[in-house]
Amino acid sequence: MKAEHLTLRYQDQTVLSDLTMALPDEGITLLAGPSGVGKTTLLRVFAGLLSPDEGTVSVPGRPVMLFQEDRLFPRCTVRKQVEAVLPGERREEALRWLELVELSEAADKLPGELSGGMARRAALARALAVEGEVWLLDEPFAGVDPQRAERILKRLKELDRPILLTGHAPGLEMWCDRVVALPGERG
Amino acid sequence: MKRGARGLLAGLVWLGLWALAAVWVGKELLLPGPGAVGRTLLALAGTGEFWRAVGGSLWRITAGFLLGAGLGTVLGAVTAASRRCDWLLSPALRAVRTVPVVSFILLLYFWLPTGRVPTAVAALMALPVVWRSARQGIAAADPQLLELGEHYRLGLWKRIRLIYIPAAMPALAAGWETALGLAWKSGIAAEVLCQPKWAAGSQLQISKAYLDSPGLFAWTVVIVAVSLGLEGLLKWTLRRWREEGEP
Repeated sequence: MKAEHLTLRYQDQTVLSDLTMALPDEGITLLAGPSGVGKTTLLRVFAGLLSPDEGTVSVPGRPVMLFQEDRLFPRCTVRKQVEAVLPGERREEALRWLELVELSEAADKLPGELSGGMARRAALARALAVEGEVWLLDEPFAGVDPQRAERILKRLKELDRPILLTGHAPGLEMWCDRVVALPGERG
Repeated sequence: MKRGARGLLAGLVWLGLWALAAVWVGKELLLPGPGAVGRTLLALAGTGEFWRAVGGSLWRITAGFLLGAGLGTVLGAVTAASRRCDWLLSPALRAVRTVPVVSFILLLYFWLPTGRVPTAVAALMALPVVWRSARQGIAAADPQLLELGEHYRLGLWKRIRLIYIPAAMPALAAGWETALGLAWKSGIAAEVLCQPKWAAGSQLQISKAYLDSPGLFAWTVVIVAVSLGLEGLLKWTLRRWREEGEP
């Protein structure tokens, strides 16, 4: 994944300024930097959800974003959340993704019955189930306890998918394959 | 005191006041008492004609409501999705909402068989109310979920089922409840004026013509009871929908 001379302004504020960076398209990369430096913005640009004012990005294949908010479908159980993004013939895969994020026992719960961490893991399972080539995970472990986050991340490594993620969980940088710091100051 | 008991007590208080007022007026033609109305109601309920009239009204007006509510929901979705359709259809639907119900009844009386007028009137009354609530509800769909649906490439039917319907349902349910009451009242008014065979409204008109006040009151009680029953059924269905998750 590449960003070349990327500049993005939002409401008279420059969020990304002439950013050039190359990210390896394999393994798990942690995008580090203080809050407000533009990590979410960069992920959204890579996902094709924001157009830069200047510069270009290139992503090998279809990017799939885990949004910073859980964005769960209001009337769907956890299992249905995942099934909704799978094609009909692959619906049985939903349970596999829920097992990966340790949420199989809550498969029949509705969003209102989930804790913050459980809702986050449901959103993560759903994003992982979407067919794609690169996964952009914005704060995937917000509200998830560090031990569980570590176990989930180990399973993600076994998937051997290119993943770019952000987050502040303690020890996160140790479990990822590499850490790339986003240059710039807190916005 | 429980809610049911409180309601029963309030009903008994009002029945008592009605009975006292009937004694005070002293003329059954002007104000029949609850006893006389109850006896007339029991006598009516024992006849096949009563049930055919109730069934006829129920069928005609419910069909009209379903037609108007269905079309209103579809038009609400269309006008929420397309500015051009909104520009074209919104003025017409707003006009339908402001036209007096009697004007519609008299106009449709010229164009349709008498049995169809209550159905058409009920549909026309329900249509703009449901259209407005559907349009508002659909427009209130969560933009974050819409962005997710687009990004995850969900098909149109999945987006409708998982994003638009849950967003539109609170406004839509309120619109359906209002429209049902409106359709029922205007449908009965159309029956009174058009006199179709086997209709509660026609029976109201006949009671009036024969100066049969207890009959008039008894039919009114029946019409209110059926209307409340339908409203209760709709509320129960919507509550079940809210409590159950996506099937």
